[in-house]
Amino acid sequence: MPRGAVGPRGEFSWSKPTSMTGDKPKAIVEVADAKVSFGAVKALDGVTLAIRPGECVGLVGHNGAGKSTIVSVINGGLTPHQGSISADGDILAHYGINAARERGVRCVFQELSLCPNLTVVENTRILHRHLGGFGWRKRAKEVIERSLDAVFPGHGIASDRSVGELSIAERQMVEIAMAFSDAGVAPRLVILDEPTSSLDASLAEQMLTYVRHFVAAGGSVILISHILNEILSTASRIVVMKDGRIVADRPAADWTDQSLVEAMGSVVKGEAHRRATRDLAAAPVVIEQGGRGMPFRAKRGEIVGLAGLAGHGQTRMLMKLHAAKTSDWLPRRDLAVTFVAGDRRLNGVFELWSILKNLSIGSLGDLAKRGVVNAAAEAERGADWKRRIDIRTQDLANRILSLSGGNQQKVLFARALSTRAPVVLMDDPMRGVDVGTKQEVYEIVRQQAAGGRTFVWYSTEMEEVCLCDRVYVFREGAIVAELAGGAVTEENILAASFRGAEA
Amino acid sequence: MRLTISADAIRLAIPALSLTMLLAAVFWLQPRAMSYVGLNLLFNLAVPIALATIAQMLIMAVNDLDLSMGTFVSFVACVTATFLRDAPMIGALILAGVVMVYAVLGVVIHLRNLPSIVVSLGMSFVWAGLAVLLLPAPGGQAPDWVRALMTMKPPFAPMAIVVSVAIAAAAHLLVMRSSLGVLIRGVGGNERSVERAGWSVLAARAAAYGLAGFFAVLAGIALVGLTTSADANIALRYTLLSIAGVILGGGEFIGGRVSPVGAVIGALTLTLAGSFLSFLRISPDWQIGAQGAILIIVLALRLLLNRVEKREKGR
Repeated sequence: MPRGAVGPRGEFSWSKPTSMTGDKPKAIVEVADAKVSFGAVKALDGVTLAIRPGECVGLVGHNGAGKSTIVSVINGGLTPHQGSISADGDILAHYGINAARERGVRCVFQELSLCPNLTVVENTRILHRHLGGFGWRKRAKEVIERSLDAVFPGHGIASDRSVGELSIAERQMVEIAMAFSDAGVAPRLVILDEPTSSLDASLAEQMLTYVRHFVAAGGSVILISHILNEILSTASRIVVMKDGRIVADRPAADWTDQSLVEAMGSVVKGEAHRRATRDLAAAPVVIEQGGRGMPFRAKRGEIVGLAGLAGHGQTRMLMKLHAAKTSDWLPRRDLAVTFVAGDRRLNGVFELWSILKNLSIGSLGDLAKRGVVNAAAEAERGADWKRRIDIRTQDLANRILSLSGGNQQKVLFARALSTRAPVVLMDDPMRGVDVGTKQEVYEIVRQQAAGGRTFVWYSTEMEEVCLCDRVYVFREGAIVAELAGGAVTEENILAASFRGAEA
Repeated sequence: MRLTISADAIRLAIPALSLTMLLAAVFWLQPRAMSYVGLNLLFNLAVPIALATIAQMLIMAVNDLDLSMGTFVSFVACVTATFLRDAPMIGALILAGVVMVYAVLGVVIHLRNLPSIVVSLGMSFVWAGLAVLLLPAPGGQAPDWVRALMTMKPPFAPMAIVVSVAIAAAAHLLVMRSSLGVLIRGVGGNERSVERAGWSVLAARAAAYGLAGFFAVLAGIALVGLTTSADANIALRYTLLSIAGVILGGGEFIGGRVSPVGAVIGALTLTLAGSFLSFLRISPDWQIGAQGAILIIVLALRLLLNRVEKREKGR
């Protein structure tokens, strides 16, 4: 149970002296009306959040709610485009990573943020800038070992091993201990972003116990986790985010799993977009894949959604499906699957090529005769797709980067759809695409599915997931729920993505 | 402390083992090499190569690659054989200046997010051109103190061995033990994490490049000390030799995984491989191919060990 007396609307009624810092209960960091946007996407839309000494704030929300963005703002990694940041009561004009660190703000990131080639001690040296000078190895060793012993008693991690040699759980332990370690600047606000994702139950409990001690001693913690139980049992107040805004902020005692899941959902439902449910019982299965959790299966003409919080194994499933249906050595004459990449820049577009070349690369085999590409057929196919999905350009010979992001994505769709592959795998391709384009692409997907193509669609956006005939929800690398037809609702998906009381 | 052989130790074991085996083979073929003079002759050309390898290693530690190493060392050799002898002040200034140029290259590569391969390939033509301007024909003369340094006869062990050990020790202290070394390797391992801790990645990269320039300058000076005169093409092989030396010594192209001791051993192995092949009476026409074969064998061995290591970890 959460401890302490917590007043209405998150006001922390202060009862004991802050022995650690000697400060009055002024907010360690306060973000006021922060707005951040990435292109067309509003990541933060006016967020006000104050973290006071001696409180553990649970932060929950679905993908794209803005959790990571607010964390970046608080730890100084990102300057909001609008709004102010104050620390200990003073408004700071220049708030950056170093200013945050000097005020004892620490962060444990979701992805590994240690240097794998360095030892634990050397990583400690990197983190603590003031540890230098002769004999720093000894000091760093003391600092990290003291912290590891405090957070994870009996951890058994030798600090002279390189991080790359440690298991994932051990790396996470080191990372957490690193954030709580004290070498000159004491940690006052520690942000834990999914800290227990690789820890087993007993290690997670050790960590949460330490968090409670830390908070009781006057420190503060922001805890982000998909395991609602952890948040409910550890946090003193819980903030729910949705679409870049804080939608609820109440003491932890006032929440239950149920009410949290409800608060994360949106108020207005996109039911209008729902397609008529089709009867696919008779359709043959075209692709399947076993693994941990429930098996994956997709039928001809079906749109199968992969949902859940980002990074819980959806992309890996797509990769597995792709690997299972393609050859390692010689390309197959008849493609069985095709892939629409999510990260356009990283593995989607050929930046130096024209729009047409970007489009036709997927089906050059069909366009070539005896190894020579038939330029006329290529141009014809390009023009055909330009018309069909309305790529907005004067000339397909223009460079791909002359298009807007949404139109680039359409080209990538056309690349996949113009092949003869019966299965299309989509790795969250609509990230950062404007609404109009999205609607157009949804329509194409619908048409193609009606024509017998199968789509496996990983999406972080609820609206898209709700377009699917059937949805698999991923959690911790495995499929934990299968929802079909009318059961594909935001509520059900959220409930399955977050682990509630059953843990 | 548990008794575990760390991955780093295994990494170092292979180059050490290859060097020992190669040395044993050379001694077996030519027992007279097992002497003070013999060892010096076998290894003295390894000293500049070892220095160039350390320079390359520093660049590779920040996930970059320097393709201008060979022409740069040639250029330094030309400066050493001309200015450093005739006008030591100007010579020293030029050498200090080119070390600065290296640091600036690091800054430019970082700021403009350029591929280091392209920048250094471009610079290789600049250095080659400058070297030809200085010494259009082979010539010049090594400064006496450089010559004296490279031909000294320390007691117990020949100069080549003593200097190699000193280079390895100094580079180890700098790269593996010092804070700066940790920072440089950290940039190679996870640039974002270094940035998030509030360090300037720009400064770290500039430092790595500057240090690399410094070691490359030492390589050029040492080379002239051995050959007594210079030539604009004297060290062209060093580009590939230095990269091979780093890889042979357990380093990797990306990820900040480097080993200074391994790099020196790698340079020694490469030098010895040449002598070994001569002792085998393999014609010089085939030597480069045979040297490549030795490289492939050693690297295959490492790949194999990496795999074993990974399998153990996956268990």
